[in-house]
Amino acid sequence: MAVIKLSEAKVNFIKDVCKSYGNKPGEVINVLHKVQGEYGYLPAEVQELVAKELGIPVSRVYGIVSFYSFFTMTPKGEYPISVCLGTACYVRGAEKVLDELKRQLGINVGEVTPDGKFSLTCLRCVGACGLAPVIEVGDKVYGRMTPDRVKDVLAEYK
Amino acid sequence: MHVLVCGGTGCQASASAQIIKNFEDILAAKGLQDEVQVVRTGCFGFCEKGPIVKIMPDNTFYTQVKPEDVEKIVNEHIIKGRKVTDLLYMDPENKEHVADSKHMGFYRKQLRIALRNCGFINPENIDECISRGGYEALGKVLSEMTPQQVVDEITKSGLRGRGGAGFPTGVKWGLCAKNKCDEMYVICNADEGDPGAFMDRSIMEGDPHSIVEAMAICGYAIGATHGLVYIRAEYPLAIHRLQVAIAQAREYGLLGKDILGSGFDFDIELRYGAGAFVCGEETALIHSMEGKRGEPTLKPPFPAVSGYMAKPSNVNNVETFANVPIIITKGADWFASIGSEKSKGTKVFALAGQINNVGLIEVPMGTTLRDIIYEIGGGIKGGRKFKAVQTGGPSGGCLTEKHLDTPIDYESLAAAGSMMGSGGMVVMDDTSCMVAIAKFYLEFTCEESCGKCSPCRIGNKRMLEILTKITEGRGTMDDLQELRNLAAVIKDTALCGLGQTSPNPVLSTLDNFWDEYVEHVVDKKCRAGVCKKLMRYEIDKEKCIGCGACKKNCPAEAISKTDYIAPGHKLPSMTIDPSKCIKCGACISTCKFSAISVK
Repeated sequence: MAVIKLSEAKVNFIKDVCKSYGNKPGEVINVLHKVQGEYGYLPAEVQELVAKELGIPVSRVYGIVSFYSFFTMTPKGEYPISVCLGTACYVRGAEKVLDELKRQLGINVGEVTPDGKFSLTCLRCVGACGLAPVIEVGDKVYGRMTPDRVKDVLAEYK
Repeated sequence: MHVLVCGGTGCQASASAQIIKNFEDILAAKGLQDEVQVVRTGCFGFCEKGPIVKIMPDNTFYTQVKPEDVEKIVNEHIIKGRKVTDLLYMDPENKEHVADSKHMGFYRKQLRIALRNCGFINPENIDECISRGGYEALGKVLSEMTPQQVVDEITKSGLRGRGGAGFPTGVKWGLCAKNKCDEMYVICNADEGDPGAFMDRSIMEGDPHSIVEAMAICGYAIGATHGLVYIRAEYPLAIHRLQVAIAQAREYGLLGKDILGSGFDFDIELRYGAGAFVCGEETALIHSMEGKRGEPTLKPPFPAVSGYMAKPSNVNNVETFANVPIIITKGADWFASIGSEKSKGTKVFALAGQINNVGLIEVPMGTTLRDIIYEIGGGIKGGRKFKAVQTGGPSGGCLTEKHLDTPIDYESLAAAGSMMGSGGMVVMDDTSCMVAIAKFYLEFTCEESCGKCSPCRIGNKRMLEILTKITEGRGTMDDLQELRNLAAVIKDTALCGLGQTSPNPVLSTLDNFWDEYVEHVVDKKCRAGVCKKLMRYEIDKEKCIGCGACKKNCPAEAISKTDYIAPGHKLPSMTIDPSKCIKCGACISTCKFSAISVK
């Protein structure tokens, strides 16, 4: 196993999280939720530490991280942007909004802008279909999006 | 007096929190804070016209309220008792303002059973819930009924699983109850993953106590003392409200040890999903709760025999549970009197897409698609032509004009080539390409396939490749036959419900929109103008005045001058080189003379 290169504070935080769930292998998903909630992503070193604490192979932790789309191994931008591609948003033109975001940010889905400010992901339905098409910037929901509005929304964060 | 403000996800995104704050501030400034109570409720359903503000007891329904409108409502309505007419809903037909929601087309044909409390109570206040009959059913069950009587009552009511498959709920409970064991589980499936569906979310956000109560009733009926809710991590508000509801129920002795002095113990924990559609399948859900990859396993053994931690478990969907308390209080006969012959009660649908009244609706089983789309939904947006309605999400199909009089129930929808599903209903007009829609759903399935069985993992991928070929103008007629062959094999051989139903969107569009497939294959044409590779932008040389605005805006330098000057114009017209055109549409939006069109 690779040498763990995490800061001591991080190591202690992760150990505490594992302990709060009784170091039980069955709690691995809850542990990963907590850790990702704190650090934003789950790099290999973090997964190794979680595996060690819960007494399970790293392969099992990696298997879970790669299976569930909520978990990510790459860091997100300061303002993560998610475009809803649920059916309701799709039929009301979400793809055009996504294309415009890609164009203005100069990145593709799953990437982060070079300054680390924005990252772009897609998700399936946030349940605000009445406002379709919808995008989220952080926790804020923007409804009735059009390609023309993309510029104004991004300007709020610049 | 009460001011009810919608705090559902849609309305929150349109500043309903600011509306509540403004109400509180303005009422306090006028010294009315003790007489008028501001309540943040769950979803009213009429998301299209949100944010919604309702004034009780005179039952006035204000739509599309903005934070700056609050002062007017307080001054005019609350103080002077005059309704603010311009914030009332306007009937699109006779252009009259309607104050009472009962008289709106959107609500007239609805019957709210599962959504009975949504929009009426503050979901974070257990007292409001109790005042509307909450926990009465739990009390009745614990004091007057035996577990077997509860199972019998639910069976008699005819309630069927609202997650999509429609298995009779009472029978499911009975099967689980037979496997007595020291450790058993009641599991609530709140992993609502269908794109375009938000029924369960709204119930949990608007009336979380009904789920807590129903799970306790189920626990009593089958002999379980543990309850688990498997909920999507993408639903933070629903998670919060459930947590609050569980804590309040514990405080009131409605969860925990010796509930209401009956000797029955029951408690509920939350488990979080992590974004995997397949976890809506009950065996996959159970594996995920155990901290494993959410891969389904073959049934039998059914969860009723060996479920969570290999113990007998009963899994029901959120909406199914929401129906349980009211069946107990009002009786199985009352419930069974609503709906159609084989499908009893009501069904909640998330009505979305190209329709005027997007929102959350609940109708008796047996209501026709036409009533839902035209009466409740208010018809197609912008007066365009209805093309298809998709029910059942990635497992369902697209129904057309000829199916509009199909009554909504499990059997009729299946016979028409779709399915009930969990309740997503997406309406499409002539701007939707049905081949692209089939491709859209297959992309979803391919992304969400867990990869365990090859029919789903490889078969769907092959189907997606064929559809991609067709939408890019490289398809052949043999491909259409190949799609049908693959679909048949996948349906027969996939391991779980996700795989077995995944070809449905393709099959139903092949059946109902065969011409459109043939057009893509033979004529290389997409009539809806969705499939980019099949589009051709053309300039009408008679209409073009030669101003050159399009040429300046074209990012691909695909536009150039011709030698032709149309009669009455001074400059030569423009033309587009199809080999350079990237079909971005920039020219169309700049042309002021409507000279450019997509063919």
